[in-house]
Amino acid sequence: MIKIRYILFALLTAVLACFLTGCSQGILDPAGYVADQERRLLLLALILMCIVVIPVIILNFIIAFHYRASNKKAKYSPEWSHSVHLEFVIWTIPCIIILILAIMTWIYTHRLDPYRPLAEKGRGKPLTIEVVALDWRWLFIYPEQHIATINFMQIPVNRDVALLLTGDGSPMNSFEMPQLAGQIYVMPGMQTKLHFDAYKPGDYRGFSSNYSGSPPLGVSGQGFAGMKFTVRAGSDADFNAWVKKAQQSPDVLTQEQYNKLLPPSSDATVRLFTAPDNSLFNDLMMKYNTVIPASSPSADQHAKFITSQE
Amino acid sequence: MLLDILFGHLRLDSIPYTNPLIMGATSFMGVAAAVVLASIFYFKKWKYLWTNWLTTVDHKRIGIMYILLSFVMLLRGFSDALLMRSQQMLSVGTHYGYLPAHHYAEIFSAHGVIMIFFVAMPFMFGLLNLAVPLQIGARDVAFPYLNSFSFWMTFSGAFLLLISLFIGDFAATGWLAYPPLSEFNFSPDVGVDYYIWALQIAGVGSLLSGINFFVTILKMRCPGMTMMKMPIFTWTSFCAMVLVILAFPILTVTLALLLFDRLFGTHFFTADGGGNLMMYMNLIWAWGHPEVYILILPAFGVFSEVVATFCKKPLFGYKTMVYATIAIMFLSFVVWLHHFFTMGAGADVNAFFGITTMIIAIPTGVKIFNWVFTMYRGKVIYNESMLWTIGFIFTFSIGGMTGVMMAVPPIDFQVHNSVFLIAHFHNVIIGGVLFGYFAGATYWWPKTFGFKLNEFWGKCSFWFWIVGFYLAFMPLYVLGLKGMTRRLYHYDVASGYHAWLIVAAVGALLILFGVICQIIQVIVSIKNRNHPDYIDLTGDPWGGRTLEWSVSSPPPFYNFAFTPTVDCIDPYWAQKQKWAKEGKPTEQPRYVDIHMPKNTPIGFIMGIAAGICGFAMIWSIYWLALVGFLVAVITPIVRSFNSNVDYYVKASEVEKIESEHLRRAAS
Repeated sequence: MIKIRYILFALLTAVLACFLTGCSQGILDPAGYVADQERRLLLLALILMCIVVIPVIILNFIIAFHYRASNKKAKYSPEWSHSVHLEFVIWTIPCIIILILAIMTWIYTHRLDPYRPLAEKGRGKPLTIEVVALDWRWLFIYPEQHIATINFMQIPVNRDVALLLTGDGSPMNSFEMPQLAGQIYVMPGMQTKLHFDAYKPGDYRGFSSNYSGSPPLGVSGQGFAGMKFTVRAGSDADFNAWVKKAQQSPDVLTQEQYNKLLPPSSDATVRLFTAPDNSLFNDLMMKYNTVIPASSPSADQHAKFITSQE
Repeated sequence: MLLDILFGHLRLDSIPYTNPLIMGATSFMGVAAAVVLASIFYFKKWKYLWTNWLTTVDHKRIGIMYILLSFVMLLRGFSDALLMRSQQMLSVGTHYGYLPAHHYAEIFSAHGVIMIFFVAMPFMFGLLNLAVPLQIGARDVAFPYLNSFSFWMTFSGAFLLLISLFIGDFAATGWLAYPPLSEFNFSPDVGVDYYIWALQIAGVGSLLSGINFFVTILKMRCPGMTMMKMPIFTWTSFCAMVLVILAFPILTVTLALLLFDRLFGTHFFTADGGGNLMMYMNLIWAWGHPEVYILILPAFGVFSEVVATFCKKPLFGYKTMVYATIAIMFLSFVVWLHHFFTMGAGADVNAFFGITTMIIAIPTGVKIFNWVFTMYRGKVIYNESMLWTIGFIFTFSIGGMTGVMMAVPPIDFQVHNSVFLIAHFHNVIIGGVLFGYFAGATYWWPKTFGFKLNEFWGKCSFWFWIVGFYLAFMPLYVLGLKGMTRRLYHYDVASGYHAWLIVAAVGALLILFGVICQIIQVIVSIKNRNHPDYIDLTGDPWGGRTLEWSVSSPPPFYNFAFTPTVDCIDPYWAQKQKWAKEGKPTEQPRYVDIHMPKNTPIGFIMGIAAGICGFAMIWSIYWLALVGFLVAVITPIVRSFNSNVDYYVKASEVEKIESEHLRRAAS
């Protein structure tokens, strides 16, 4: 008997240890205001629902065990199938829990609306970054700093960041940073927004979480699975130094250079560009929203496929 | 040129014969098919197969075929699951597993499509076919010939999906084929076409079945069975059928528009040219969310029947259960947006759909309480169906809880698209839908075949399934919280996912043992079918409460010699109570002729022709598509001129069958 207890104890400790270490770098280890609020809400909702769910589960097992057919002491009421009091209770309890959750949902959904600037924290003008999902990498354009990067985003801590996102040449993606802000869809021809900040310096993982394809058979590369980036949060001085460095990059993000980035590639190397031209992001929106099907991206690729077939 | 006309895009090199994995699977399927065909030849069963199965309009036989189809597809879908689990277990750091990224994508897409459309849907319709007409005292469904057609359409859809494995490829887009990934420029291969045509053909079958059972339940109930005296399984099936009728046309239209985009270059869902991919997501989920309730409501019905029967007590709060089901039915249409909170809709919209989603938890929670209170002061008999039910209440409570968490939009911004979501929906679909259908299959098995299933292997399978389920999916909750995305074919060592994915793979292996136990269970039971522990002579092996238990097992092909009359919710239970007090009536009943539909091959021919038409369209073989289409349209027109579609079973024959049953029951 003692042995089994030790084994159980060891197992439990192992599971707990795995769970606790498992939480680093994830949703439960936030480094920004939005992610922190989201974690708080997740735990709150979990606790609130456990108030009903745990008793129900325990009740399920106790009743199922106690009223087993072989238990001759258990009471048997073959006709009992209705009780106004009980029904009142079983409707009321879930209603109350859901009412509380609904109020919380309304408040938090508005507070954490990704389109809403975190301005109420009174920290001045947000840093704007334009994000373009390519097939399969991320292009970050800093319009005010006139720089651009591939798969890397440097931000200053405690400063509001306003992301504008769209995609080009890639189907729908989802831009996700679990420790900072959760996610938002990124769609070609559409613009989405995401506001967040980081309150702790460090490197944070970011990636696409909506499946956006992979290289065809015979072509190597990870495709979607490798569509990752790093967010580096540092001091203002770090940020400024990094911007300076990027501004001295020999690579310039011209339209021509951009066209080179556009074809599908699983090359995830971080790159820095100077980006004197601020119209690129808006041009992408126009590219998809001008109705000239004959020269549109999908028509182009369609034609390319047909020729390749012949 | 001639080749193009004759074969469209289809060429010998469309067969991926260089891929050992696919060819291995193909040869396995080929050998299995050859064994089946050879044994039909050897035992000279072609005529039997044709007259008793392929052309049958008997709802019980169609139900059996549905469940058989579902089980075969479960094996395929589950193999996909094992491939995914092993790939994710192996593909870490510098190792890339044994599947290329594209092939992995085909597998996860096929897994989802198969499990929802070709395992869960046929299983559900199979159970409905087996139980609903018997429960409401009807001799068949309202439109038996349509029923046969529906089955063969589902069969053709499933068949198309199976052959996509070795002729061409399958969609590599995820199970809902979101555009623009599923548009022609991103997916130029035939994979998405297979997806569209398989689902369109099976979808027509599902829609027609939905109409069929809707009418059956409304119009064919026996005298005295008012709506509020219907068995609860019939009620939940009825609500599911309303959802089928309202939701499946949306799927058909959505897939047709996607097909137009691919075939004719229209711009419904393209990113450019005025198309809107967000429209696809709205449409597909306007079908997709009701779809999960289409699957779960009949499972709720099964649990309600099982728990009442094996606790020897009426269901607690029958009326509450009915109203809760109706509430879920309505609410399921106003929650679809919760599948894409992260699309960028405003906070008002997101909050609205989040709250409507949570409200569904109220009637669902009430149902859970009802099942628990049915056990209260009952006599709980722990047989296999009951184990599935208790396992369900436990598992579904957890799945429901994580579901409500995901209904809160800010939480969803974090866990959406993560494996937390995967854990959640497997939690409710395995723990709810599949457990329910297994419980139902075990429960109605003796009614269908005349002998019970082996309890030992059934219980083994239950324990493997439930332990395997927890090992396979609880790690996914943790991984989701660690930020692991779904559909990853490779990840880094630093992510810390590896250990958890090994546990998940072990869980999948345990589920495999569960499936193997189920196969052994069926074989052992068939072998011992005449053994006194298995055979069911009375027609009422469990001490049932509803009408299906009042006839012999298996029921005669006309179901009821006399149309029953009922005046309460559990009519057969009440009748047994009365018999116990007053004794069984002894006078010999006067049998009458029974009006029955004749078998017809038309449903089979139409279904197969539609399948051929779909296959031809996938490969642009237009002459063959036209032939298939014309056959599928002209045969029913020709048949409509045939008035010789029914016959009368002679009273003497009914008497013979019924007295044989009484003799067996008395022995």
